Amino acid sequence: MHGTLLAARDLTGALGRPSQHDMLAAREMQAMSFAVHIPLVCFGIAFPAMVLFVEGLWLRTGERTYRDLAQRWSKVMLVLFAVGVVTGTILSFELGLLWPNFMATFGSVFGLAFGIEGFAFFTEAIFIAIYAYGWDRLGRRAHLAVGVPIVLAGILGSLMVISVNGWMNHPTGFAVAGNAVTAVHPWAALFNSHLPYELVHMYLAGYMVAGFLVAAAYALAWLRGNRDRYVRAALVVPLTAAALAAPAQIVVGDWAGRMVAQDQPPKLAAMEAVGHTERGAPLHVGGVWFDGSLHGAVPIPKLLSLLAYRNVHARVVGLDAQPPADRPPVNVVHLSFDAMVGIGTALALLGMGYLLFVARSRRMPRSRWFYRAVVAAGPLSLVALLAGWTTTEVGRQPWIAWQVMRTTDAVTQARGLPEAYALLALTYIGLAVAVGWLLRRLSRPAQDAEAAMRRGAEIAR
Amino acid sequence: MSLAEVCAALIVAGLTAYAVLAGADFGAGFWDLVAGGPERGARVRGLVQRSMAPVWEANHVWLIFVLVVFWTAFPRAFGSVMSALYVPLFLAGVGIILRGSAYALRGHAVTLGEARVLGATFGLSSVLTPFFLGTTIGAVASGRVSVGGGSGAPLAAWMHPMPLIAGVLAVVLAAHLCAPPSPSPRSRSGGASRSARSTRWS
Repeated sequence: MHGTLLAARDLTGALGRPSQHDMLAAREMQAMSFAVHIPLVCFGIAFPAMVLFVEGLWLRTGERTYRDLAQRWSKVMLVLFAVGVVTGTILSFELGLLWPNFMATFGSVFGLAFGIEGFAFFTEAIFIAIYAYGWDRLGRRAHLAVGVPIVLAGILGSLMVISVNGWMNHPTGFAVAGNAVTAVHPWAALFNSHLPYELVHMYLAGYMVAGFLVAAAYALAWLRGNRDRYVRAALVVPLTAAALAAPAQIVVGDWAGRMVAQDQPPKLAAMEAVGHTERGAPLHVGGVWFDGSLHGAVPIPKLLSLLAYRNVHARVVGLDAQPPADRPPVNVVHLSFDAMVGIGTALALLGMGYLLFVARSRRMPRSRWFYRAVVAAGPLSLVALLAGWTTTEVGRQPWIAWQVMRTTDAVTQARGLPEAYALLALTYIGLAVAVGWLLRRLSRPAQDAEAAMRRGAEIAR
Repeated sequence: MSLAEVCAALIVAGLTAYAVLAGADFGAGFWDLVAGGPERGARVRGLVQRSMAPVWEANHVWLIFVLVVFWTAFPRAFGSVMSALYVPLFLAGVGIILRGSAYALRGHAVTLGEARVLGATFGLSSVLTPFFLGTTIGAVASGRVSVGGGSGAPLAAWMHPMPLIAGVLAVVLAAHLCAPPSPSPRSRSGGASRSARSTRWS
């Protein structure tokens, strides 16, 4: 599988070749469920560490503000975890419900990762509850210690899920005999060669999304004139984490791009809308793909060859090297990729600017435009995250497991997918409205929200 | 004992833990639903809210554990069950979203109206979810799922007395696991703590 363009193996799978007219509905349903879940994963990856950091500040300085902030954040963390548990359950249902043939054929190959993820999830669920409910029941050091397994389990759990995605991009750890999978090596599948860069890329994305989103909420409070110690701490901690992650993400993104160039040339061709194989290929910014070529893009000469292969004359394989049935859709992949790179670059500049300013002048910026930029960075980081996942997932098409099984062979035969999609979409819209309503309530000034929650508890009681 | 049997034993153990622990949480939702108006039902609803809050996510993770072992150890059977029983499993999935989020949000309700809408969503989905999960067990147990068949028929495997009865049984079992004590005139708080204990460990 290493290198490029081996003859695809095209497994039919354990359940036989399915017939499904609503293939797109199945893919969109899966994409929607991921889009709901992945932002919550970012909070699972990055938020516990930020909460523990603030609690650590309280233990060091004894300042009550830090404790109040950590305690408030631990409530947000618990609610987001609870919603993440249910949206994650839906994903594990959908893996089977939408792609039964994929699971039936390869479940034994990548299943180990999900098994370990299950245990990590348990650990996280147990300790997150102890942490959030244990503020007045545990000693200070014990309470901080209870938070550590949450951070570790969050790292381990998402490592395992990303390993499965890495495996889908680079399937290893098995052999194919006829139409069956044999000689399964689960550990080889788990530690596949696409795990490392995907993992680091997603980790930094987690810190960027969680950091910028939380910072955006408090930058808004700052703009409205609320600039006490509490808001200041709540702004500085996540903003600094995100500002450190954003420039590093550029380096990791370059690593990811070179791995894709090496192992998945058609995906790279779609990301950059390279129609024909060429030497010294330019980088295309924007543009729309139709009639077999890209229109209205801004080309930067030789840059693609340089970035992908560290050589301005390197040969970049175009989409025409693939039979039409093996090409990913170009517009979605190219524009998502550009959106991710564009936003990522802007966020890195914002992060570096902030860090340089604070290092030089030892105070927060005063310009209202800075705080407006931070407010915008929150939702923009979310867009970049989803655009990045769209790039890698749609760019892998038409394969569910790269050059081993086609998505059309993995899909369910079930009827009524559009109806199920509509029902799930309505449920998720309701959920989004409800969570937004709750987060708004949790972000109100402290006494106000505490009183509101006490009233709520009275009614529930 | 073969590896397959070890995995099957793990699934049975996980399923038992899920049926008992999360089953009690579903049962709590059932009693929440039938607790009556805001005045009369306040005691039961308060009990449900307080006793479930720290543990329900951990209880729910058993289901993910069962699914994961199922597809890792028996991928072909998993694919077959999923493609034959996609209707009840999808509805159970929607029920899980509604129940988890309505419960998590209800603790933050401020007005009576909010608490009512979220409470009703929580209660109804607490009944529907175990019902649909129960029908899938009934369908598998009565041999209505054929291995290796990617059937597209939506109702054939579970619209039958046996799976439907299994669904009802799952709801009744959940309600039984978590039956709250009748209010005692002598000590309300004593009743509360006893019930909180029976909710968890009966």
